Formats: sequence, structure tokens, C-alpha cells
Amino acid sequence: MMLIRYITQIGRYFLMLKEIFSKQTKWSVMKKLIFKEIDDLVIESLGIVAFISFFVGGVVAIQTALNLTNPLIPKYLIGFATRQSIILEFAPTFISVIMAGKMGSFITSSIGTMRVTEQIDALEVMGVNSLNYLVFPKIIALLLYPFLIGIAMFLGILGGWMAGVYGGFTSSAEFVNGAQMDFIPFHIAYAFIKTLIFAMLLATIPSFHGYYMKGGALEVGKASTVAFVWTSVSIILFNYILTQLLLGA
Amino acid sequence: MIEIINLEKSFAGTKILKGISSVFETGKTNLIIGQSGSGKTVLLKSLLGIHTPESGKICFDGRVYSELEDGEKRELRTEIGMVFQGSALFDSMTVAENVGFPLRMFTKDNSAKIKERVDQVLKRVDLVDAHNKLPSQISGGMQKRVAIARAIVNRPKYLFCDEPNSGLDPNTAILIDNLIKEITEEYDITTVINTHDMNSVMEIGENILFLKNGLKAWQGTKEEIFKTDNQDVVDFVYSSNLFKKVREAYLKE
Repeated sequence: MMLIRYITQIGRYFLMLKEIFSKQTKWSVMKKLIFKEIDDLVIESLGIVAFISFFVGGVVAIQTALNLTNPLIPKYLIGFATRQSIILEFAPTFISVIMAGKMGSFITSSIGTMRVTEQIDALEVMGVNSLNYLVFPKIIALLLYPFLIGIAMFLGILGGWMAGVYGGFTSSAEFVNGAQMDFIPFHIAYAFIKTLIFAMLLATIPSFHGYYMKGGALEVGKASTVAFVWTSVSIILFNYILTQLLLGA
Repeated sequence: MIEIINLEKSFAGTKILKGISSVFETGKTNLIIGQSGSGKTVLLKSLLGIHTPESGKICFDGRVYSELEDGEKRELRTEIGMVFQGSALFDSMTVAENVGFPLRMFTKDNSAKIKERVDQVLKRVDLVDAHNKLPSQISGGMQKRVAIARAIVNRPKYLFCDEPNSGLDPNTAILIDNLIKEITEEYDITTVINTHDMNSVMEIGENILFLKNGLKAWQGTKEEIFKTDNQDVVDFVYSSNLFKKVREAYLKE
């Protein structure tokens, strides 16, 4: 029974995706909506992403340094490990899970509130494709999400460098040497490919839960929680699949 | 004119509308009344295209809604204005932006022309100083006026109102009722109002459809409702002592 419910929901999600891209809203109106979503979703997230990335980068460097107890292991591995963890996993995946909470709850609660207060019905009655009007600008705005992840990568490594150097764990030259060692440019491409897929999940799964919710204010809160759980689960699942496809093959 | 023919609609196996037929006339305020659960909201949402009836027809001036192509349905929807029970104004937009929304979406008018029309309708609903306020910054009565202004800004042929004066004080409720009636005559549109409010029935009910258990139980004018001996209507409309006395006084005259 539960399986049937999940399959139904997945089917409904894909039907929603189809509807998002049909009956486009007038470009003059859509343009303003896209800029508003860029502000709400991307620019508004810059602060928290910068803060988390910088300090987690620092923690990764310290943890690596503290675990390198063997004197034969060179100190430049601190820079190497920090770069690898930040670029491959922390910035694209864990920032996305955090964004599933921040952006996801914002998207679900704003669309859910519009549902509860009949604003979505008002759009439909006017002849507006409400899914295109509400969700399409979010998808387009989140095409800039890799920009946010790029900043997270830079600040994470910077945080690692500062914690490593000013914490007395390594020298600046050793850290930079490690950060540049055995660099594989495809890892950046891999990270950004993941990021774009996660951006699509971040825009659409919370929208789905907000758009199809039923009830009142309490249900808006519940829908936000459910949206966070499913977005996180999807990100982790897709992370595994994409890693296997892009790096494991 | 809107004609509904033998409309039926069920939810989860329970029949809510059981073959309703009626006519809502142009230039008149058509009221749908009935107890909670009688099918009023389902009927209104079916007229709006939010619910799809299982059988029956809805004709908008001869155009059968279910037989229209998608493009024609969208075109028809631009001819509809709707005032929702909770106003359903867009929170993130100012009053002027809310009112101008249908024009920005469906016309090629430039900003100056849109502003001119928005000013005109806001003046018509007696809201001249609220252009830049957000819906959260104005009272419930003002929100209803903004909702009415938004509903009529694109010069609709059909106006639907769901409980337009619920939650309003009696004075404001009467003002809103009269505003809807005046606008109906002024724009010569077909107005359908879903209401519980017996004041509205007495004030503006030109064509009243009474629903009971998903069936049309009675239809007539506000004058006829005083004289009717239909027990269901009498029990519903004259449930309060005040209205009983009003009816007695009317019948004595």
C-alpha cells in the first residue's frame, strides 16, 4: 500500500515537471520573477554558505592534521585532504543538504501558504499556469546555484588554509603545495554536474510538497519537514548514483 | 448568461452535486445559498473550472465549457473575475500590483495604460490611498475591495464571489454587497455569489438558487423568497427571529 503511494507520488512529481514547462508565462512577467527568485534563493543564501564553508573547511584541516600522527606522513597532505573533501563532497553535497533545509523550507512554506490562502486557485482561475508561474523561475534562478557552490569551495579551502597555518598545524607553502598536488580538473566538472542536478531537486521537490499540500497552517509546517526529508534523501541517493557513473565507471 | 444543465460531481464515491440545472442571468446578482455541505462551494468551483463535473454541461453564453479546446478554455478564463472568501491577494505584491496583475499577464498594455486602469478601478471601489500598501497592511474590508478591483480590472463578462462579506462587520458587509451589485449593473456582467449571509439575500438577491443536499431545492427572487411556502427555504432563511419578523412584516404589507 505504502509502495503504491510512493509510486503514485513519484508519477505525480513527473507530471508536475511536464506541466512546469508547458503554457509559459509572459516573458516580461517571468523576467521579474526570475530576478526575485535569484535574490531570495541564491543571494540570500550567500551569507550562511560562506559562514559554514569557511569554518567547516577549517575543521577538516584541523581534523586531518590531528590524525596525521605518523611523522613519515608529509604535512602537505593536510592541504590535499582539505581540497579533496571540500571539492568532491562537502561543497556540492553537504551544502546542498543544508540548502534543502534553508531554501527547501522557504519554497515549501511560501507555495504552501499560497495554496492555503487560495492564491494558487486565484492564479488558475485567471488562466495562469500556476506551476509555470511559481516553479519555473525557481529552476532558472537555481541555474546560478553552482556559483554558490564555487564560493563554498573557495571559502572552504581558504578556511582550511587559515586553520592549518594560523593554528600551527602546517606551513602555508606545504598547505598550498598539497592543495595543488595531483589535481584532476574533471573533479571540478564532476562537482558542478552534481550541483546542477541537486539544484533541480532543490527547486522542484519542495515546490511539489508545497503545491500539492492540503489543509492549513499546521500542514504547511508538516509539508516543509517532509520536503526537507525527501530532498535530502534524493540528494544523497543521486550523489551515490552520480559518483558511481562519473567517477566509478 | 451562464446555464448549467444536469451537473453532477462526486468526491470519494459521495455524490455532492446531484443533477443541478439552473440559469444565472446577465446584469443580475445571482446568489447560491444553502447550508454547509449543500454543495455551494463545489458548484462554484465547478463553474470556475477548478473541479471537473462528471456529467452535465456548463454553458457560458452558449459556449459549453467541457467542449472547448485548451486554448479556448484559457481565453474564457480571462473573461472571469473571482473574489475569493479570504480575498486571495498576492502577499508579495502591493495593492496596485495585485490589481494590475491580470492586465500585466493578459494584455499588451504598457505601464502607463495599466496604471491608468488600476487608478480607475481603485477609485471605483473607493480605495485611492492604498496603492503602495501590502495586503497585510490593510483591513479585511479593504482587502475585499482590492479583490473586487482585481476581479473587474480586465472587464470580465462573469464575476464569481465566494462568501464576499464573511468576516466583515455589518456596515462593511452591506457596502461590499452594494458595490458588487452596482458593478454588476455598470459592467453588465453575470455575477454569481456564494453566500450564507441572509442580509445579502435580502439586500441584493435578484436570482436566488437554494441548494439542499446537492439538489436544487428552490429558485426565485428576493421578493419571492418572502412569499415562498417551501419549507426547506423557510427553515433555512428564516431561522432567526429577526428574519421571521421581517418576513411577517413584509407579508402583512
